[in-house]
Amino acid sequence: MPLMIVGTVPYENFPLTYSGCSFKDGRLNLGRESIPVLRGTPALLAAACIASEVLGLEKPRALVAGDIGLGDGSRQVYAHIVKYLPECNEQIIVFHYLQPDVDWHNRILIKIEELDRRPILVADAGYMYVAKMSGFAASYDLFTPDVGEMAFLADESAPHPFYTRGFLLQEDDGVPELIRRAYEHENAARYLLVKGKTDIVASVNGIVADISEPCVENMEPIGGTGDSLTGIVAALICCGRSVPESAALGAKTNRIVGHVANPTPAWSIADLLSCLPQALRDVL
Amino acid sequence: MNLLSRMLGAFRKSGVKADLHDKGVSERGLLIFEHTSEVIRAESLLKEAGIDVAVKGPPPEVRTGCDLAITFPIVASLQVSHVLEKAKIEPLQVLSLQDLLLEPVSIYCVKDFGDYLMVRAANMKITVDKRDLRIVNISGGGCPDVPYLAARLVGKTLMEAPEPRSLGSTLCGYALQLAYEEMRRRCP
Repeated sequence: MPLMIVGTVPYENFPLTYSGCSFKDGRLNLGRESIPVLRGTPALLAAACIASEVLGLEKPRALVAGDIGLGDGSRQVYAHIVKYLPECNEQIIVFHYLQPDVDWHNRILIKIEELDRRPILVADAGYMYVAKMSGFAASYDLFTPDVGEMAFLADESAPHPFYTRGFLLQEDDGVPELIRRAYEHENAARYLLVKGKTDIVASVNGIVADISEPCVENMEPIGGTGDSLTGIVAALICCGRSVPESAALGAKTNRIVGHVANPTPAWSIADLLSCLPQALRDVL
Repeated sequence: MNLLSRMLGAFRKSGVKADLHDKGVSERGLLIFEHTSEVIRAESLLKEAGIDVAVKGPPPEVRTGCDLAITFPIVASLQVSHVLEKAKIEPLQVLSLQDLLLEPVSIYCVKDFGDYLMVRAANMKITVDKRDLRIVNISGGGCPDVPYLAARLVGKTLMEAPEPRSLGSTLCGYALQLAYEEMRRRCP
C-alpha cells in the first residue's frame, strides 16, 4: 500500500471510506460509492489513479468522508487516521481538502513522528493551510501552493489565505521573493511546487527547477487542475523518484495535458484527464 | 445572562463608558462565534437589518483556527442582540475591539481570457463567460465547502446563482463571496 490520499468529498452524507480507488468512464469508484470528478480530492484521486496505472503501481488508497464545509467529515477522517497511523505502511501520505484544525493536525503529526518508518508527507489545500498555521510546515516534504497560496505561506502573520496582506499579493514575477520569505519564517515544506504561469520547484536553498513550457493560460481558471497535478506528483514519488524530480516531471506532464487538450476556460478537469496517460508517457 | 447583558458587560469591563463618541475610545465591538458558518449567517442577517458590520480576523488570543469575527457599532448592541437572538445564533464571546484585528484580503487579481473573465480574491477564483454571464469555473481554495459551492454555482448565471455566502461555511467560501461580488461589480 504505497500511496494514501486523505481528504473529503463534497457530499453531506458520504460515509467515512477507506479503500482502494479506481477511475473509469469519468467516475471515481471508492468502495461501494461512485462519484463524478469535478475538482478537489476526487480530482486528485482520479489523477493519481491514472498516473499509478501508467507507472505500473498498485491503486492508491483513499481515506475520505463527506464534508460540505461544516468540518464534520474532516473530523471523522482525522479521528480515523489517528487510530490507523500506528499500523501505517504507506510510503507516502497526501493530505488534501480538509477543514483546517490545528489540534487535530498536531495529534496526527505526533503519531507520524512516532512511526518507525516515517512516510513522505505531501500537503495541499486546507491541510497545507493548517500545516503552516501549526508552525510545523517544515515537517512536510512537499507543499503544492498556487501563487495566491504562496503569498499566504510568505505572510508569517496570516492564519489563512483570506488574511494575506496586500503587499504580498503580487503576480507571478514576485514568486521567488515569496518563496524566500516563506523559508525565512519556516513556513514552507522541504520542497515547494508553486503552480503558476511558470511552475517553480524550490527548497530552502532556492529554486531547483522552473517549468514554463508549454504555456496554456486557459488551464488556470479550470477547477481541479492543481489537484490533478498533486495527484500526478504523488504517483511519481511513489514509484521511487525524488520529490523535486517528481514535482518537475508532474508540472511538465500537466502542461502537456493542457497543450494536447487545448481547453477553453469553461472546461472541467474531467475533460482533461483523458489526455493524462499519453502526456505522462511522453514526459517519461 | 442574556446576550445583551453579555454585550454590555464586555464593554464595561473594557472601560468603555457612556460617551461612545470620545476620541480614543473604540466605538466598535467584536462578536466571536464557534463556527465560521455562524459568522457568515450572522453577517447576512445583521446586514439585512441595516447594521454596519464587518468581518475581520480575530486577534490571536481568541483565535481557535481559521476564524472570522464580526465587528459592529457598540451603539447598535441592542439591535444586534435582537437579530441574533431571533435567529438563535449565540456568539461565544463579545469583546471590545482590539487593535490586533487582521484585515481580510481586499486586492483582486483580474484576468481577461477574451470571452471569459476571471477574478481572484486571495486563494479563490471565479470565471464567467462574458457573453451570457454564466459561471463556467471556480478554482482554488482548500476548505471542504469549495467543491460543494462550485457544484452549485457553476453553470448558473451571475444573476441566478446563489451568493456563495448563502451556502458557504469557511474562509474559502467567504473569499469566493468577495471574488463573486467583484465579478458582479465588473459584470453588472
